[in-house]
Amino acid sequence: MALLTLTDLSVRFATNDAEVRAVTDVNLTVNAGDTLGIVGESGSGKSQLSFAIMGLLARNGRASGSVMFDGQQILNAPVKVLNRIRAEQIAMIFQDPMTSLNPYMRVADQMAEVLTLHKGMGKREAVAESVRMLDAVKIPDAKSRIRLYPHEFSGGMRQRVMIAMALLCRPKLLIADEPTTALDVTVQAQIMALLSDLQRDFGMAMILITHDLGVVAGSCERVAVMYGGRIRETGPVRPIFAEATHPYTQGLLDAIPRVDQEDEELRAIPGQPPNMSNPPPGCAFQPRCPYAREGCDSIDPPLEIFAPDRARACHAPVAEVLARRTTRHPDTDQPAAHPAAHPGAVADSAIPRGAVAGAGAAGTPTEGQP
Amino acid sequence: MFAFVLRRLAVAIPTLLLLIVFSFVLMHLAPGGPFTGERALPPQVLANLEAQYGLNDPLWLQIWNYLVSVVVHFDFGPSFVYPDRTVNQLIANGFPVTLTYGGLSFLAAVIFGVSLGVVAAIWHNSWVDYLAVGISIGAQVLPNFVMAPLLVLVFTLWYRLLPGGGWSFSDPSFWVMPVIALATSYMASIARITRSSMLEVLGSNHIRTARAKGMPEHRVIIRHALKPAMLPVISYLGPVFVSMITGSVVIDIYFSTGGIGKAFVDSALNRDYAVMMGVTILVGALTILFNLLVDVLYAWIDPKIRY
Repeated sequence: MALLTLTDLSVRFATNDAEVRAVTDVNLTVNAGDTLGIVGESGSGKSQLSFAIMGLLARNGRASGSVMFDGQQILNAPVKVLNRIRAEQIAMIFQDPMTSLNPYMRVADQMAEVLTLHKGMGKREAVAESVRMLDAVKIPDAKSRIRLYPHEFSGGMRQRVMIAMALLCRPKLLIADEPTTALDVTVQAQIMALLSDLQRDFGMAMILITHDLGVVAGSCERVAVMYGGRIRETGPVRPIFAEATHPYTQGLLDAIPRVDQEDEELRAIPGQPPNMSNPPPGCAFQPRCPYAREGCDSIDPPLEIFAPDRARACHAPVAEVLARRTTRHPDTDQPAAHPAAHPGAVADSAIPRGAVAGAGAAGTPTEGQP
Repeated sequence: MFAFVLRRLAVAIPTLLLLIVFSFVLMHLAPGGPFTGERALPPQVLANLEAQYGLNDPLWLQIWNYLVSVVVHFDFGPSFVYPDRTVNQLIANGFPVTLTYGGLSFLAAVIFGVSLGVVAAIWHNSWVDYLAVGISIGAQVLPNFVMAPLLVLVFTLWYRLLPGGGWSFSDPSFWVMPVIALATSYMASIARITRSSMLEVLGSNHIRTARAKGMPEHRVIIRHALKPAMLPVISYLGPVFVSMITGSVVIDIYFSTGGIGKAFVDSALNRDYAVMMGVTILVGALTILFNLLVDVLYAWIDPKIRY
């Protein structure tokens, strides 16, 4: 049964210069217990999509369409309705654990307030429950560490605190917005492994927003690739990685640097991501697309189902895109394996021109102090 | 923290001594003296007076004698212009008055300024915001020497509600106009600082986290936003509090409140060395004290600051 259904979800921002179309007509379904990966480069609208679900858009943002959660319309719902769903039903982990925790409050207070608010617990009981949750995210010596302030934790430990805080009410859906982007590669692997374990233990669904395809390969069942505010390709992880049918997905997969092959060249997608206050006509990817053809610059292709459970938005025929597919792609043999099992290195900010790259985090998952 | 406060207090003593020496030298460098008037005194009288107050001694000896009398006896000496009154008496009479209306003005400025700023930030770019910004700009551009006579005109001459001047510790109606006149422009500054800092905090990531917890907006603001938003306000408030409780010559003149603000300016005009020094030391000591208090408050609010 669908836990979350997005129908024609669009997000617009009114700025002084122009209207920014951050998200356009997104249709997605997340089933209970499933993991959906949303992939895209910076500015593709993936974070705004998650903020729209939670009703956390900036003041000048307007969302339209429909967000059904557990049979209830929550898009643009009254704040009182949203506040009963936030944290209790849908929890969120943010990208930057350095600034997303309140630097002026002890971790104990920040965590306990979630339980006093939603579960009506007393302070003492709430802190005790928070300590148990910190134990669950493997923070050593949680009982005394909970008295500390966020700046007294390392980056990886802070993200663990964030995760523990999100799980306090045992939500049905966890939205993780680039949970490992701000962390070292070795810590990334630990955090992803932890998230996978917790998701299994708690039986919750997860939306994993990332620009790291390795992370998606390691932990998601389904993936949606976003570009210019629209979903360009969606389907189960394994076939998408094995035979990407959208030029943009191919570009992303090609951009993953491979340290296990002779080829040392770093490939990036040429050009810049679109400015969404003034997007290119037709398909937003067309200026950078090697398959661009007549009609691409006038008609934005709709997302169409072309095989069971798979959809793409592209004018170029599937066969043509697959034929020119390079042989370079990450290990698709074991897409749902432990993320640390994937070799490769992360090189996101090192590659300019807006290329999105990054393979699974390398390193051994040593637990303890990151 | 305790060690930090002790260390800062230890630094305060040489700072104050330096302040005394510098003020003393500067004061004597300025041309003229306490006994140069429009009508010159007979030379013999002048010589006697200067001998009486020790003005013939070398400057270092004068400074030394002054320091000894201040530090050892806590005696700021007699006034040069009003020989029957000591500086200690002048301050003891005037300071409680300025402390009262200055302290009340400070409270009013902080309470109204912070509320106005917070309200403006919460309803950013709405009519509430525009109204609050309008009030604070209006309050800022209206100088207190224009405000004071306007208040007297309206409340004393037209409506006959409040006394137009003077001071009484037992009758608060004497306090109202001085407090309004003094607090208004400070309130405007506090409102502006609060608004911009609150806007910045409300846009920060940890506030988004707090909202994602499903917390009602008023609790987000009170529990998560108010403390960090107050940091820039507090650093502004330290010096402001000192300048408010050490009085305002405008208030003292327009409302005849008899505070030390007027005494200080008069002493500078009359070259009343003793009064000038006394008030300078008072303001200096209070400034040091309240800057220290601001630092302590900072450490209390921001756990990352440890001394």
